[in-house]
Amino acid sequence: MSARALGPVVLSLRGVTRVHGSGPTAVRALAGVDLDVRLGELVAVMGSSGSGKSTLLNIAGGLDSPTDGTVTLAGDELHALDLKARARLRRRSVGYVFQDFNLIPALTAAENAALPRELDGISGRTARREARAALREVGVEALADRFPDEMSGGQQQRVAIARALVGPRRLVLADEPTGALDSATGEDIMRVLRARIDAGAAGLLVTHEPRFAAWADRTIFLRDGVVVDGTGTRGGPESLLAGTRR
Amino acid sequence: MSVRQGMLALLAEQPMHAYQLRQQFEHRTGGTWPLNMGQVSTTLDRLVRDGLVEPLAEHDDEPAAYRATTAGHDELARWWATPVERTSPARDELSIKLALAVTAPGVDVTALVQAQRTETMRALVDLTRLKADIPAAGPAPDDLAWSLVLDNLVFAAEAEVRWLDHVEARVARAVRTAGVAPAPSETRTEAHR
Repeated sequence: MSARALGPVVLSLRGVTRVHGSGPTAVRALAGVDLDVRLGELVAVMGSSGSGKSTLLNIAGGLDSPTDGTVTLAGDELHALDLKARARLRRRSVGYVFQDFNLIPALTAAENAALPRELDGISGRTARREARAALREVGVEALADRFPDEMSGGQQQRVAIARALVGPRRLVLADEPTGALDSATGEDIMRVLRARIDAGAAGLLVTHEPRFAAWADRTIFLRDGVVVDGTGTRGGPESLLAGTRR
Repeated sequence: MSVRQGMLALLAEQPMHAYQLRQQFEHRTGGTWPLNMGQVSTTLDRLVRDGLVEPLAEHDDEPAAYRATTAGHDELARWWATPVERTSPARDELSIKLALAVTAPGVDVTALVQAQRTETMRALVDLTRLKADIPAAGPAPDDLAWSLVLDNLVFAAEAEVRWLDHVEARVARAVRTAGVAPAPSETRTEAHR
């Protein structure tokens, strides 16, 4: 987790504004948000309820459209594409991790992780091989044949991370991924997510827990749809615990 | 007080001389609370005075070693068995600063809270980076001790960020309720409501 060079921009938001409704009852969920997330980078988003965190995540993943501004995913501006192309780009570039894991109960861990690739239309055999590799990356290859109800919450979330980044996917959008886990398991999940991103992915993490946000490279704070502040590049840990061990 | 009890705990494990004691204390607490030799000597003298520790017979060229007495072991057993008292809150610069800021004229409390939160998050990130260097699965006992000390600092920093969020929300609500920028009387009314 030491400082390292970041790769190209995977996700870029410019002047993103999202207004729900119109007239006097219009609610501005996001207002002029600029954000870049690079390969190898995890960015945390914090803010109180209604600050625009979920809207930001939905727009970043192409599930919602901005009223104004642009979203660029893997070099393509989302809303310059037709609906079909946009759906394909979204499906092939972005994976989601949710608070409650969202694995399909009737499928094994390996089948869950292979599913996005099967939807991509690749051969079942390649999909299974990639799913195994993705499970190995997050340390649960041994559980490949288990069903979700035969796994702990932490194990299910590892499978969800594997599924989100299976095959060529490089962007993971994580919505409170530690929300349903105890503190120590939540930390394990952050370690796994961090390691996957260090190994060649990018991530946007919505959380209300500062100690999990601290696993990100930087944190932005939203209030009323506006980025009010954020932690930028930092000095190393040496600046904090000067003279202590390590 | 914790230095005294901590040193007693180490001497109850095995006899040590002052320098070893200092090294062990720092090693076992992850170096988070460095001691100087003067502190170690003074504390040892007091432990001897109170009959909790005794010097062993000196050998030529060897620095004097100390061990816990029976009374020392009893005292230690009481320490393990008794929760640490949460007495009057420590004098904390941030809480004093904020308590004064919400009532002082011309202070932008929102900006103050944001700047502080960014700073505390930075500290939290640095602590997390130190934690990330410790293997999660099966850490060595020393690593576990160090990791738990870091966790203590992590949770304290997190509590501070949460408190700052709370302050921000309360101040914003006070401003909305009053319809003006927070002034001493309005903020206090809100705080006491």
